[in-house]
Amino acid sequence: MQKRKLVMIGNGMAGVRTIEELVKIAPDAFDITIFGKEPYPNYNRIQLSTILQGEMSFSDIIMNDWDWYESNHIQLYAGDQVVRVDTKEKIVYSESGRAVPYDELIFATGSLPLMLPIPGINKQGVIGFRDIHDCEMMMQAAKQYKKAAVIGAGLLGLEAASGLVHLGMDVHVVHLFGHIMEKQLDETAARLLQRELEAQGMNFLLEKETVEILGDDRVTGLRFKDGSEIAADFVVMAAGIVPNVKLAKESGLFVNRGIVVNDYLETSVPNVYAVGECAEHREIVYGLVAPLYEQAQVLAKRLVGMVEKGYEGSIVGTQLKVSGIDLFSAGEIYEAYETKAIKVHNELDGVYKKVLIRDGRIVGIVLYGDTSDSTRLFRMMQQKQDVSSLTDIAFLKEGGAKEEDVAMMADEELVCGCNGVTKGTIVQAIQQGASTVEQVGGCTNAGRSCGRCKPLIAKILEHTLGDAFAGQAQKETLCSCTDLNRDEVVAEIQAKGLTTVKEVMHVLGWKNEEGCSKCRPALNYYLGVIYPEYRDDRDSRLVNEKMHANIQKDGTYSVVPRMYGGVTTPEDLRRIADVAEKYRVPLVKLTGGQRIALFGIKKEDLPNVWADLGMLSGYAYGKTLRTVKTCVGATFCRYGTQDSMQLGIELEKRFERLDTPHKVKMGVSACPRNCAEAGVKDVGIVGVDGGWEIYVGGNGGTDLRAADLLCTVKTAEEVFEIVGAYLQYYRETAKYLERTSKWLERVGLSHVKEVVADEEKRTALNERLQRTLVRYEDPWRKVLEDEPLRQHYYTKRSIPVSVKED
Amino acid sequence: MQQTVTRVFVAKYSELPERIGQAVKVGEEEIALFRLTNGDVRAIENKSPHPKGGVLSEGLVSGEYVFCPLYDWKISLIDGNVQPPDEGKVKTYAVEVDGDDVYLLL
Ligand code: SRM
Ligand SMILES: Cc1cc2nc3c(=O)[nH]c(=O)nc-3n(C[C@H](O)[C@H](O)[C@H](O)COP(=O)(O)OP(=O)(O)OC[C@H]3O[C@@H](n4cnc5c(N)ncnc54)[C@H](O)[C@@H]3O)c2cc1C
Ligand code: SF4
Ligand code: FES
Repeated sequence: MQKRKLVMIGNGMAGVRTIEELVKIAPDAFDITIFGKEPYPNYNRIQLSTILQGEMSFSDIIMNDWDWYESNHIQLYAGDQVVRVDTKEKIVYSESGRAVPYDELIFATGSLPLMLPIPGINKQGVIGFRDIHDCEMMMQAAKQYKKAAVIGAGLLGLEAASGLVHLGMDVHVVHLFGHIMEKQLDETAARLLQRELEAQGMNFLLEKETVEILGDDRVTGLRFKDGSEIAADFVVMAAGIVPNVKLAKESGLFVNRGIVVNDYLETSVPNVYAVGECAEHREIVYGLVAPLYEQAQVLAKRLVGMVEKGYEGSIVGTQLKVSGIDLFSAGEIYEAYETKAIKVHNELDGVYKKVLIRDGRIVGIVLYGDTSDSTRLFRMMQQKQDVSSLTDIAFLKEGGAKEEDVAMMADEELVCGCNGVTKGTIVQAIQQGASTVEQVGGCTNAGRSCGRCKPLIAKILEHTLGDAFAGQAQKETLCSCTDLNRDEVVAEIQAKGLTTVKEVMHVLGWKNEEGCSKCRPALNYYLGVIYPEYRDDRDSRLVNEKMHANIQKDGTYSVVPRMYGGVTTPEDLRRIADVAEKYRVPLVKLTGGQRIALFGIKKEDLPNVWADLGMLSGYAYGKTLRTVKTCVGATFCRYGTQDSMQLGIELEKRFERLDTPHKVKMGVSACPRNCAEAGVKDVGIVGVDGGWEIYVGGNGGTDLRAADLLCTVKTAEEVFEIVGAYLQYYRETAKYLERTSKWLERVGLSHVKEVVADEEKRTALNERLQRTLVRYEDPWRKVLEDEPLRQHYYTKRSIPVSVKED
Repeated sequence: MQQTVTRVFVAKYSELPERIGQAVKVGEEEIALFRLTNGDVRAIENKSPHPKGGVLSEGLVSGEYVFCPLYDWKISLIDGNVQPPDEGKVKTYAVEVDGDDVYLLL
């Protein structure tokens, strides 16, 4: 049977969610094609402001990466917009000239920023706030210009303004009304918010109607209706959004404010649907993802004919994502004649709560400063629960009953507002095996939009799994000496300027004063990455790295001298042979890393063996670069296209001794036959005619993993630059003892590709790497030069028998 | 037959590095000596109670514990007990510090 053809216009949040739902329930029902005007895969638009506020990067907010489309056999045309739809012939036409026929068509074109129809609106430096491009413009403007104005003090305007303040601009927020966020907050809450935002550096101009944008080509200022003016060389319009319906109108769909749809998201034209901010349902156009995701679910079912109940509309709650600010609002905001309000206003803590009640039911919520009751109240409001008997207020009650709150939550209580996920659904996911916040999100979508609900999900995990989660949580924390995880520890070290292992443990309240075998090496590592000039704490390293030799089960050690690229000389071989004889070394063996190991050497002999060898440490024991395996390559091999040995030797010389989260192995082959097994190395290089392919994330150990192609470059110099940036990025972001293969899977290949492709980032990474590399010296030589060091670590006393018996 | 306690001189206190184990061979017995951060000196048999054995003198020292360098067992330097979840016990020796001289009582 031929699959039906589904085409979607718009590659945004509501549309792609529809497709996600669809492939979940019927993976093979459709041939899917998506046109997206923006040149990206689907990303989390909601998080754009966190990028401005410096908390995330573009790659962090990608929700469905390119691989997702590919593995679900979805044809995505990103960066190509649909310009015409022929609903008779059922064909869509794109700007680049594609013509794609459809059986079913979805409009998911979202909204556009409302650009006020005033003189000057088209001047340079005036933008809306909707997409990645707008974000980039703001970041760029902040580098060149100083004075920004944001028109509109609603959610978007305030998030934009907060971002611009963070980027270092002078920001004026212009608002038509007497208080900010008038659609979500009453005057009391708005004043509290305004004060807090002013403290963060924002300026407000209230009751100002902008009538003209001043300047020649570029904006220089704003003029208001009262005649006053301000200077501004950059303006963000955030006065509202309008559904993006031009194409739908031209295609003959019935459009009011948005594309009008019924409860099954069907438009006025057969086989054509609309979902998201472009759709108008029962005269409402929604501007938040929660209701749109409900629509997506209904539409997916409609498409496969699983028609149950249609979409009946939603009540929405609002939060503002500005750091340091906690606010929630839903439903009615202002008191009316028939409503009764319960209010708490604690000026001491800056907390304000208002619940509006009509006929014994909650009809409105405004929370500022403490939103911990938001999900509970919101649920009561949605369910129209009778609250007449619950209206007493506990004043001055003790805090900290949070754990119990989770226990008392009803199963149908909403946890993730964005995705409509209830406590019951989450508990079910946990019982079916989800054991981290990410896994819960993976199977229920909870937490995958604004992220506000993640702390609550964690609490439910904790409560449901009990001790099992405590065990889980321990894995997440650095070790049982602390409740902090890797990221928190690193952030604290940086924020508080902590410089030694001891200081970290002391200041961050370690439960064991001197740490343990897990956290001490990890802390020592993290400090070394943060401070290039860090002085290593040798006693926080485990035995092999402390001794610079690998301990064996009988307490002897192995010695593996450096043999760059697996290439040696008769002199070196002779010296190794002499040493092996002199110290009666029990085993001389070729290692899997193309070099020679001497096994079974006594601790007290180590310094002498090193001295007699006169060679450098091969670091066969370290969390560092081990070896660079090479093939013979173009120098001798008839297939070789490149000098693999030379490149391997050079790589080993450049990056040896560097501390890394786990060991790093490299291989360089001179042609795709790959005799140096570059495909299972942390970094593998394969020579091809005219260049080198760089593979990453391979592993030949416990969990076998084939490496992925990172990029192809032309010169050895580029290889060093890419590999250097890659290594440094791994060093800075991996958890201690996380091999590159695991790390790469965690952070994502496409993300790493993006980082190393970005010239600015690449250069900065290499600079930090170079500053670190200069601190190393050969550890064997150091021991030979340092008598006390030798005494400390490499001596063994023997006391003659003096036990007397009578 | 009656056994008397013997004092055996093993090290100068000032030469014992803090938190780095020292292996000492007394007669036929291998002993690991540790000078702790609190100044105490502790002595245990230099053999991990793990079935596969191994030395303990090279382990990471934290407070009054040493972590077995081969299998990462946590072992008390006070009573020699292996900490849960692992099980076992290593032999401990009494130590006497007299001025700068460190003795084992055998
Ligand atoms: C000497 C050598 C075996 C040999 O006789 O050839 C060796 C010996 C040890 N390997 Fe290995 N590995 C050796 C090549 C490898 C290879 C092959 C390779 O590098 O091409 C692999 C698989 C490739 C890989 O790592 O992706 C390998 C995967 C491992 C693993 C598993 C790592 C993983 O991520 O899954 C461990 C355990 C660990 O590191 O936690 C390990 C750990 C060890 C240790 C260090 C175990 C220990 O902690 O005592 C062994 C030390 C023996 C000793 O007494 O010195 N060894 N080990 C090889 C030294 C190479 C060198 O010149 O540096
Ligand atoms: C800065 C910001 C913060 C926000 N914060 C929140 C929040 O905290 N909570 C919340 O719930 N919501 C928030 N929102 C709103 C939320 O992002 C939207 O509700 C949601 O993205 C709407 O999804 P959509 O699919 O309808 O539209 P969009 O995500 O905008 O997707 C529409 C896509 O269609 C593309 N398109 C349009 N026309 C065509 C064409 N002819 N051909 C091809 N492609 C086309 C567009 O380029 C766009 O990529 C925020 C929005 C912004 C901008
Ligand atoms: S990888 Fe290619 S060039 Fe290198 S030795 Fe093998 S066949 Fe020859
Ligand atoms: S509430 Fe927004 S992601 Fe869950």
